[in-house]
Amino acid sequence: MVTHKKSTGKKDPVLVVVQLSGGNDFLNTVIPFTNGIYYDVRNYVGHKEGESLPFTDDLAFHPKAEAFREIYKEGKMAIVQGIGYENSSRSHFRAMDIWHTCEPNTVATEGWLSKVIRELDPNSSNPLTAVSFGKGLPRALAAPGVICTSIDNLDNYGLMTSIEDNAQRMANLDVFSRMYTPADEWMGERHESGVVMNYLANTGSGVLQGADMLKDVPSKYKSSVEYADNSIAKALRDVVKVHTAGLGTRVFYTQHGGYDHHAQEMPAHDRLMGELSQGIKDFLTDLDEHDASEEIVILVFSEFGRRMKDNGSGTDHGSGGGAFIIGNRVNGGLYSEYPSIEPSEWLNGEDMKHTFDYRGVYGTLLEQHLGLDPNEIVLGNFEQLNPFK
Amino acid sequence: MNKFEIFYINGDFMKTDKALIAHLYRRAGFGSTPEMLDELSLKDYDSIVDNLVDIQLINDLDDEDILTRYYPQLISADNFGMDNTKWFYRMINSKKPLQEKMTLFWHHVFATGWTKSEQGPTMIDHIAMLRDDCLSNLRVLLKDISADPAMIFWLDNCENHGKNINENFGRELLELFSMGIGNYSEEDIKHASRAFTGWTFEQPMPLYPYGHFKSQFIFDEKDHDFGEKEFLGNKGNFNGEDIIEIIVKTEACAKFISRHLYNFFVADEPQIPAWSIEPPKDQEAMNILVNTFLDSDADMKEVMRTMFKSDFFKNSMFKRVKCPAEFIASTLKITTKIGPKDDRLSGLHGLSTVMGQTLLDPPSVEGWHTGKEWIDGGSLTERINYAVGLISDMNNSGSKNLVDMIINSKVELSSEQLVSKILECSGELNVSEQTFKQLLDIASIGPVVGNNQDNDVIRKKIIRLYTLLVSSPEFQLA
Repeated sequence: MVTHKKSTGKKDPVLVVVQLSGGNDFLNTVIPFTNGIYYDVRNYVGHKEGESLPFTDDLAFHPKAEAFREIYKEGKMAIVQGIGYENSSRSHFRAMDIWHTCEPNTVATEGWLSKVIRELDPNSSNPLTAVSFGKGLPRALAAPGVICTSIDNLDNYGLMTSIEDNAQRMANLDVFSRMYTPADEWMGERHESGVVMNYLANTGSGVLQGADMLKDVPSKYKSSVEYADNSIAKALRDVVKVHTAGLGTRVFYTQHGGYDHHAQEMPAHDRLMGELSQGIKDFLTDLDEHDASEEIVILVFSEFGRRMKDNGSGTDHGSGGGAFIIGNRVNGGLYSEYPSIEPSEWLNGEDMKHTFDYRGVYGTLLEQHLGLDPNEIVLGNFEQLNPFK
Repeated sequence: MNKFEIFYINGDFMKTDKALIAHLYRRAGFGSTPEMLDELSLKDYDSIVDNLVDIQLINDLDDEDILTRYYPQLISADNFGMDNTKWFYRMINSKKPLQEKMTLFWHHVFATGWTKSEQGPTMIDHIAMLRDDCLSNLRVLLKDISADPAMIFWLDNCENHGKNINENFGRELLELFSMGIGNYSEEDIKHASRAFTGWTFEQPMPLYPYGHFKSQFIFDEKDHDFGEKEFLGNKGNFNGEDIIEIIVKTEACAKFISRHLYNFFVADEPQIPAWSIEPPKDQEAMNILVNTFLDSDADMKEVMRTMFKSDFFKNSMFKRVKCPAEFIASTLKITTKIGPKDDRLSGLHGLSTVMGQTLLDPPSVEGWHTGKEWIDGGSLTERINYAVGLISDMNNSGSKNLVDMIINSKVELSSEQLVSKILECSGELNVSEQTFKQLLDIASIGPVVGNNQDNDVIRKKIIRLYTLLVSSPEFQLA
């Protein structure tokens, strides 16, 4: 059975990723509220001065992101202004792939975080090295031979739970573990099916081990923090549950969906901004309560920003956007440059032009937080930020 | 030659290998029962295919009124999950399984969801439209999805105005619905979007106090851009239909739809973003599909017929990972009977959701990622637990029948014969040597099976073998 190191003294650093799916409107998240151009281009889909929440002389948060302003004021939030990459893809599909694999030009088979798992746990001894909450495993965590755990419902995670006779169930799980052992016959001639069979085998073995390790987690967790009832808050609370159980998880992945606001952006983005900012605020409070804040850093990102000009009701797919690095270790403030919103500076005459490559942000987290050599993981040498104390 | 030969008996009728029919029904439908295989194996393969393809497409099911009576929620169409209840019933019981499978296929391609509108009636109309059109010409499908209120709202074509275009629908029509990335320019997207200005819907009846009402497509002339457009090298005062006509005649469209069909019905391909970079797995198969598509001028019936009769199809057994809908419907089909009054039906919507596929509500316009991306720790757990629960419960008539079929073997079965028989009864399955060996180990413990020996210990042993088979990695494949 798997053993995990009990942390002695300094705790292992942990990364929590929050993916905003659909392309977050960064211009309406961190608003250049003193610039008249903003009000010209965002005639319909914009926030009036006095409604947005100023936090520097020129920048304001979305009106519903009061919790972000509090986190920023506590000095725990680094805002990466203007993140992206050259020739940004406007396809959700392709753009998310590019973010997940660090490969803007070809289609890669390995996610960047799957390579992190391989570095941290080269013998695949702990299926909980990376844990994803929600439905489906993001490509960032997927690679041949890499095991990670994807949990939809933490309260009922385990195999053949309908078999009441425990001895029989254990005996069956024993057979199960042998059926899910990668076999030589799956290679060679039947190579193509072999890839799938091996993937199934690894996943099945991971479930068997992971379920065993996770079975007591929900009952052990106690907290005075009351999270709101929405998917991102639930996922972040589950992160605290698993993290505080001390099972050796180093990467957590969560997703917040619904950011593709071509139309009716104002009410929809309001809701998401409220859920996201308050969810992260509650998460930080919960970590503090469990004395577990020091080792955690959160990355919030989205696959692209949106068009500078609104379309009357929403905004179409754009290019550059912004990201957030949050945690007690973080030296809060503004990083890289806010993309110029002068119309003459717009990318292709309509988009925000990125000022910092996303792979440099990954590199920053990998090298300065997780202590890994980033070049092999992000496939190149990219300029980094210095967002940590 | 294909290894599954059609063979003649007495020179006047043909029989077909059951394994091949089981394969066809896993792909063209949602699995088969032992009785179905017995009956169908007396026919020749090509006529089985023709019977699947040459069907009168109707939306109503014989049992529609009983379903509605037992599920009064179906009348209030606001609850889109209830429509999924009905859809699962169809997948399991329809006499026209290909109609339901093709509807699911188009739902994958033209992925439209409830979440954004929270408008049940238009989503239900959307699926009914796919069902009506599922085996028609691609141009009919493309035209009908473009004039479909659920799609119009989903991709904001109601916000695509003559004076101010919203290119969401125009972009996805080209990228995800018909041609694939790399076959058109950003300018083509803008001109296609212009051609679809004014394609909108009538305001439905107000939501309160009775809930959501259906909506109808309208073409709003005043909001349409009648100016000249340039699309894929053609110039003219194009309207939406003209754009579709140009698209359907392109080779890019033939290739894109063929690859979708191959991925869904034949063997798992990489995810769609890779298609512009990675060549198809089987170029020869693609050529056959593309040529049929072009020769028939996009007649989906002919493309499907050609596909199912091709050797590449016959040789593609177990090369796909089942999607959750396939997994649930085919497992139910073989383990139990689901009548219109069965109260388990209403749980299937939630079940497929936890397995990663909420019908009528795909994660985004990209649809679902298929193949091994259906599987992760969470979804594998749900799938195995569901199948184990069904097959080990002897209150299920199908599960009991599977055990009886083994008990009723006229001769004593060796351990190898027992495992082979288990595989055969559960839908002519195939497993790797490793899985076979694990099953064999269990088969060789305890009492000898067969020769009409029947007692509790023997039954438990057989149930255990089925339980382990549905837990195997191979059971995830179709």
